[in-house]
Amino acid sequence: MKYYDKLIFELSSEGKKGYALPSMTWKDTVDDIPGNLKRQTMPELPQVSEPEVVRHYTNLSNMNFGVDTGFYPLGSCTMKYNPKINEEIASSGRFSGIHPLQPAKTVQGVLGLYEDLEHALCELTGMSAFTLNPFAGAHGELTGLMIIRQYHMKRGDSGRTKIIVPDSAHGTNPASAAVCGLEVVQVKSAEDGTIDIDSLKPLLDDTVAGIMMTNPNTLGLFEKNIAEIASLVHGCGGLLYYDGANMNALLGVVRPGDMGFDVLHLNLHKTFSAPHGGGGPGAGPVGVSGRLADYLPEPKLCRLEYGSLSMKEDMHGKDSLTAGRISGFAGNFGVLVKAYAYILMLGRENVRMVGPLAVLAANYLKESLKKEFSLPIESVCKHEFVFDGLSDKNSGITTLDVAKRLLDYGFHAPTVYFPLLFHQSIMIEPTETESKDTLDSFVTVMKLIAAEAKDNPDILRTAPHDTPVRRIDETAAARNPKLKYGDLK
Amino acid sequence: MNFLYFPNTDKDIRDMLDAVGADSLDELYSDVPAGFIYGKEFDIPSAMSEMEVRRYFDSLEERNRRLTVFCGCGAYDHYIPAVIPYITSRAEFLTAYTPYQAEISQGTLRYIFEFQSYMAELSGMDCANASMYDGATSAAEAVMMAVSASKKKRKVLVSDTLLPEVRKVLETYSRYHGINLVHIPHDGGNTSYEALRNALSEGDVAAVLVPGVNRFGIIEDLSGFSGAVHESKAFMIIYSDPLALAVIKSPREWGADIVCGEAQSLGIPLGYGGPYLGFIACSKELLRKMPGRVVGASEDMDGKRAFVLTLQAREQHIRREKATSNICSNQSLMALTATVYVSLMGLSGLRRVNDLSYGGAHYLYSKLLETGLFRNVFDRPFLNEFVLESLIPPAVLSEALLSEGYFAACETEEGYVSFCVTEKRTKEEIDGLVRAVVSAGKTEIK
Repeated sequence: MKYYDKLIFELSSEGKKGYALPSMTWKDTVDDIPGNLKRQTMPELPQVSEPEVVRHYTNLSNMNFGVDTGFYPLGSCTMKYNPKINEEIASSGRFSGIHPLQPAKTVQGVLGLYEDLEHALCELTGMSAFTLNPFAGAHGELTGLMIIRQYHMKRGDSGRTKIIVPDSAHGTNPASAAVCGLEVVQVKSAEDGTIDIDSLKPLLDDTVAGIMMTNPNTLGLFEKNIAEIASLVHGCGGLLYYDGANMNALLGVVRPGDMGFDVLHLNLHKTFSAPHGGGGPGAGPVGVSGRLADYLPEPKLCRLEYGSLSMKEDMHGKDSLTAGRISGFAGNFGVLVKAYAYILMLGRENVRMVGPLAVLAANYLKESLKKEFSLPIESVCKHEFVFDGLSDKNSGITTLDVAKRLLDYGFHAPTVYFPLLFHQSIMIEPTETESKDTLDSFVTVMKLIAAEAKDNPDILRTAPHDTPVRRIDETAAARNPKLKYGDLK
Repeated sequence: MNFLYFPNTDKDIRDMLDAVGADSLDELYSDVPAGFIYGKEFDIPSAMSEMEVRRYFDSLEERNRRLTVFCGCGAYDHYIPAVIPYITSRAEFLTAYTPYQAEISQGTLRYIFEFQSYMAELSGMDCANASMYDGATSAAEAVMMAVSASKKKRKVLVSDTLLPEVRKVLETYSRYHGINLVHIPHDGGNTSYEALRNALSEGDVAAVLVPGVNRFGIIEDLSGFSGAVHESKAFMIIYSDPLALAVIKSPREWGADIVCGEAQSLGIPLGYGGPYLGFIACSKELLRKMPGRVVGASEDMDGKRAFVLTLQAREQHIRREKATSNICSNQSLMALTATVYVSLMGLSGLRRVNDLSYGGAHYLYSKLLETGLFRNVFDRPFLNEFVLESLIPPAVLSEALLSEGYFAACETEEGYVSFCVTEKRTKEEIDGLVRAVVSAGKTEIK
């Protein structure tokens, strides 16, 4: 990685251009737009030639770290390898010219993909029906909660406004609940890191819409009391929501639908190998049990009597149950293509190995490092686990220092300071696509860092040293926000 | 183990199992009640070779029809320069996560900073976020943001000239979030100023949402709007297409407080509706109410210019249920797409795209009226999209055009037909469409 300091604006010179468009031959031009509707103050945009644009963004890319660059053990993010066949198919132009409002009979292939992917996801999760419309995991959560609220309201059970969320939950859970107009009630974790049944029981009454659970939870622990929790929550009339952020642990082995979950979302950009793209686009399909199928959002795929596929929308009548519309069109189709290509490559044989190999890699790292790093809960983990900082607390070296030093050694850092249950959380998720050799070199480096904490703590406190930039003053960035080029002048 | 994405050999797996003290992979699931272990075969296809996967997608492609697109309605068939896929497919961008570790994410952080700069420049606003899912959800987020900023007021006025998909998403979010939406009708194709004033006079309005270019393709005349809105202590939100903002009056010039919209026009393919690119921009007073990721400039410990995710105190991972939004990502790669597009185009390129689209659309408009098969509906300035009243029943017309390979004449909720022209449509294609319309007319109108 090499530091490169330019912003595109700094390459601009009057008169340069980076496009070759047809010349203007039409009679009517935008100059004909009436003056009061025309722009007066022009935006300040750079003028740059094509080779300069290409070199600029290539230089920017050289300051980035991706899964293709190196090991990315970011907990709860499932940074697995992104197969190249997925990319090739999604960008091949097969689907790029299709308008989202084209009549169904001209897009039977596109709709065929929706049908095949919905079927595969139902099969792998044990749910009855899916919507592929949600754009991301948090968007899936919101959609799922809308479905839960709509279900209760349509049954005349409108007093169910509370949602139970464990204290170990991802931050999006309570945030999604709040956007959906639900009141968040937190339930504590027991000593062993799973939901405390005794704390849960008193919360269950006829004001509860449901519970949101991540299983395995954010500590990487399987919620072993899930059958009892499901029966308690269903017993009080609530529904169970499954946050699929950690589904990679169970893929091919355990199906959330079989555990009693009524609604779930999946992150196709985690479990199903679509790339994260620097923060998106993702896809967060939502699956539901049979009794909730009619509540899925529109547009909704359906098969017409004469056999062809269609997207059902405008389901507005009094009898309509749909939770509504949550996307302009039918989701991030391009991401769905990548996820289904992955499922086809895996096939029913190899999909069974995803969860076990991911879990093996996590346990291998946990066991290899638990002497040097503090393991708060000793138990078999699933696809990820959490250390509470270094075992030796005397050095004063923090989780942040460890994370930053890892960057010097060519690894991405794990997720840090989450979950909030511990002060120095280091959350590690290796995934099934890392070789033992890579895991071993990570172990070596982590041990080296633990040794440095004793022998040379300053090198940690001032890390990273070998990255394009070093630690950044985040306080100054927030106190005096400079959010656009014009703010720098 | 023998599968191309699993790098470990049987020996590696045995060694790792030994290290963790387990006899088998099954033992790693000993904490899962046995009844939950799925024993059956999954009903999904057997593993395929790459060639078979390609064939599957080829067979899907054969079941689609390639059409010449003369429809907009929220998704636009603009030209995508060759540079864009070349840059956006770079693995350093594509396979990175959200830039939490700023020291090794300066590439992502810098292009997002450039994206924010572009959106701020085009909208005329003080700041913009790192992007949203799509236009419709950006409108919902903008409305929730305005309601949150106006404390107790929960009524929002929404123009009927917004795209139907956007209005439906707004209705859905509002229903669950406890926002009271009131519709403002249009008067001759432009949001009615009269109706707006009347609705404002009933009080308790948190925000007003209107499009810059509306679903009829009309460039809205928003004269007097922001004065009336601000007089009622409400926020003015304008739903915009940033491409159009290179030529039409900017939201800032109309007096907007918040801008949201869909940026698919900036280099993103139609792709059956996604992934697209929503965005939000706003005045600096509202910055801390803005949802989504934001990148700011700072310095590293050696004094080098560096960029970092900032103002995270607004976000879900800190604020949980008190966050400004539940969004915890952006459409980063699509923001990169739009950024590279604007970098290549510059202002003159964006204006040329508008000019070509405008010129083509106005040519088609007069040619269609010359056929005598249409009546003009609105007499207002439009950009690259327009509606007409068709003497041929709309469903019959669009069907006839479909059989000639054109996707055109989409029917609006009023029963008008909508046409759109981008810079990609040649004169030959437009003349061909007009001939197909005439021939449909001969069959239909005897």
